[in-house]
Amino acid sequence: MHSEVRDTLSIVTEEDSVRVRQVTREKAVEAGFNLVAQTKFVTAASELARNTLKWGGGGTVRFEAVDASRGRGLRLVFEDHGPGIPDVELALTDGFSTSSGLGMGLGGAKRLVDEFDIESRVGVGTKVSITMWR
Amino acid sequence: MSKGSSQRIAEALDKFQQEIVDDWIKEQFAATSARRDLMNEARLAEQSREFLATFRTAAQSYNFTDIEATEWSKPRALLGEISRSRAEQGYTPAETATFVFSLKQPLFTIMRRLSGKDYEALAEDVWTITVVLDKLGLYTTEVYQKTREAVIKRQQEELTELSTPVVKLWEGVLLVPLIGTLDSARTGHVMSALLEQIAQTGSAFAILDITGVPSVDTQTAQHLLKTVAATRLMGADCIISGVRPVIAQTIVTLGLTLDVITKSSIADALAEAIKRLGYTIARS
Amino acid sequence: MERIPILRMGEFLLVTIQVDMHDRLALALQEDLTNQIAHSRSHGVLIDISCLDIVDSFTARLLGNMASMARMLDAETVVVGMQPAVAITLVELGITLEGVRTALNPEKGMELLRAALRARSNEDGHAL
Repeated sequence: MHSEVRDTLSIVTEEDSVRVRQVTREKAVEAGFNLVAQTKFVTAASELARNTLKWGGGGTVRFEAVDASRGRGLRLVFEDHGPGIPDVELALTDGFSTSSGLGMGLGGAKRLVDEFDIESRVGVGTKVSITMWR
Repeated sequence: MSKGSSQRIAEALDKFQQEIVDDWIKEQFAATSARRDLMNEARLAEQSREFLATFRTAAQSYNFTDIEATEWSKPRALLGEISRSRAEQGYTPAETATFVFSLKQPLFTIMRRLSGKDYEALAEDVWTITVVLDKLGLYTTEVYQKTREAVIKRQQEELTELSTPVVKLWEGVLLVPLIGTLDSARTGHVMSALLEQIAQTGSAFAILDITGVPSVDTQTAQHLLKTVAATRLMGADCIISGVRPVIAQTIVTLGLTLDVITKSSIADALAEAIKRLGYTIARS
Repeated sequence: MERIPILRMGEFLLVTIQVDMHDRLALALQEDLTNQIAHSRSHGVLIDISCLDIVDSFTARLLGNMASMARMLDAETVVVGMQPAVAITLVELGITLEGVRTALNPEKGMELLRAALRARSNEDGHAL
């Protein structure tokens, strides 16, 4: 598998989240996704950008073009240096919600994409990557 | 005799390129697998010449074992192109691989002539040539396989699209006759085709007819429910028709609830939709 | 700060979301809309989302909340014009917008609101 970084954006304000959605849409169109796949991927990116901002205290997102035996795709890697998630399994279950009622974020994003990967360490930060194949 | 086999072969290729290529082209024309129906002689001769030229250049590296190395990238690219076009034109994998394998004979002939009764050296040369050509031959098969897979995938996609028509039954009423097993890929196509039509025609009702669906399991029911839910989100309503007794039994036994209007036939479903649209049908 | 405009159309309020909203803007809309309903004594709200090319879980919850708040203030809400790809994505997310009325376009949404209000006044009539 081969991947190439195409862009990196920082997520510090809510306006940055809007920008993440717009750039994700552009990249998804470039990658040749159909409209439904684009919409699912941008929605997943929106959920994760919000998580990065709200729970990670801000962070970055990296856009990568991936090339593997199963075809070409687009990968987004969200990274923050926030408090981390103590129980990732729990955070992925539906209806998991914290004080402000943010429930669908992680689990929802996972259902919308082809591949989902999460690494989180308490006190160190969280890294979530999502991939969609054409 | 200090030259290695690789060097002998490289030099022979350099010196006798023209002779080898002529011999090879003749060999291919003579072979029963030459598909004259699919390819003209000029094209084949051109491909052979082009390939032997890149083969000769790659041979100057004296590397005859690792065809993944950069010096072999050009012959590989050319072979890949040839295999792809042959796979698309309907050649068999054997016919495709023969392109490379038929090069053995002309190369062996040259090496035998040059060996001057040094049979040990000849055996070594034959082995070296066999190794590299076998690898390249397998490579053509691999590319052939991948190309066929891509063709099959494309055909499957086309078939899925063809098998999910959305029909306008009445002003404001669409019909989707579902036939065959409903997997997630089919459901995806049905859903986007249906919703797209709903948006375009402004239809308030969609009839999902499952007469042609052989059986309904938990997953199929879930797929149906997703379609119903998405239709509702857009502001239209679904009616499921063609519910056979056995399907009703399965659904209830599985403990599922289809929270949607169901009718046994398309006719009943259409009558229901028309009624809800506010029309009355009267015999004149 | 930027605001989403809320228009008054006869007896109804009309909100057309035309920009990609960030969360603060969305929350401001929720606040403005509830204030407007109370102020105008309107009994029907039409929210046109045909310009939105994505609706994530936050926006979906916001739509649901606005409908619930409107109901508490005695107004019916209809969300109109959801794009097909958005509907498919929401279903995949497991969101069905329970309790929110939907319609294909503003015209049909208006019909739905009138029908709902008629049904309500009939009920009131019975009660009296």
